Amino acid sequence: MLQIVCNRLPGMHVPDGFLDAPTSVATGAIAVAGVGLALRGARRELDDRTAPLVGLVAAFVFATQMVNFPVGAGTSGHLLGGALAAVLVGPWTAVLCLSTVLIVQCLLFADGGITALGTNITLMALVGVGIGWLVFLLVQRLLPGTIAATVPAAACGALVAVPATALAFTLLYAVGGEAPVPLDALVTAMLGWHSVIGVGEAIITAFAISAVTAVRPDLVYGARKVLAVRALEIRPAAGADDRTVA
Amino acid sequence: MSTPATEGRQLPRRVSTRAVLVTGLLAALLIAGFLSYYASGKPDGLEYVADQQGFAANAQEHQAGDSPLADYATRGVEDDRASSAVAGVTGTVLVLVIAGGAGLLLRRRGPGQA
Repeated sequence: MLQIVCNRLPGMHVPDGFLDAPTSVATGAIAVAGVGLALRGARRELDDRTAPLVGLVAAFVFATQMVNFPVGAGTSGHLLGGALAAVLVGPWTAVLCLSTVLIVQCLLFADGGITALGTNITLMALVGVGIGWLVFLLVQRLLPGTIAATVPAAACGALVAVPATALAFTLLYAVGGEAPVPLDALVTAMLGWHSVIGVGEAIITAFAISAVTAVRPDLVYGARKVLAVRALEIRPAAGADDRTVA
Repeated sequence: MSTPATEGRQLPRRVSTRAVLVTGLLAALLIAGFLSYYASGKPDGLEYVADQQGFAANAQEHQAGDSPLADYATRGVEDDRASSAVAGVTGTVLVLVIAGGAGLLLRRRGPGQA
């Protein structure tokens, strides 16, 4: 019986043994520095109203990462969740959410090697969140400044973040891969499959972000700027009172 | 200078934060406890490429491989579906508590709560 259970879902993240020790130590240092910065940055993003959302976002990312969806013949993909978390709770807080998920997966679920934890945090928490957030900001700027624009902007962030994360892995492998592999073939394969996975990521992200913006856009970190501008546009109509207060 | 208050005035709150949190948590528990059983068992993008490129064999046995929840299954629970459900729900709640606790500790305290 146990054998059947064990046959399900092997590890999904980078395992021990793919990258050599120096590379793993380096990504470990990057991960520690990144999480340290995120602990400071998150203070600026979180207030009484949004803080309770942090646990939910991390829990949702953990749950959704369990559900591998099929992509093409014989392959699957799962949500990474960097763009989704960044748009909901802010990029620094998202780094903390993703790191929590990756640490729990590594230590309790044997998913992602222990010596590869720094690599997985660097890739999915730092690169995934960072690229997802930057692309989100860029697309949001190009679109009209409405709350509805938050959804396609987040989807674009998700779409790009997955192949970007795959590319970052390929770069790490080029530096410290244990087994020699032709790099052009590795880049092509990693980018190819993860571009398709990125489409799934974009769909899930769009669905989740639109669900929250529909009921409580003020809880979506990425929509705050739009809401603030809106408030300023409407306020002058209130008259001179505001000006005297200001 | 409180933006939240301004936003609150602009947008009538029809749905409470509590309702959003409870709905989201129920969704997460349902995904981890039920939907995860139907996840594709095919190798994911990285594993597939590693296989194809011939470096999959370099993957080492996980040092936490004897964890009671290793590979998203619960040791001692014979039924496949229950085994994956217990593992999924346990992980979801644990992540919720750790990240949620960090969020509450790191937040800027509002007026009157300092």
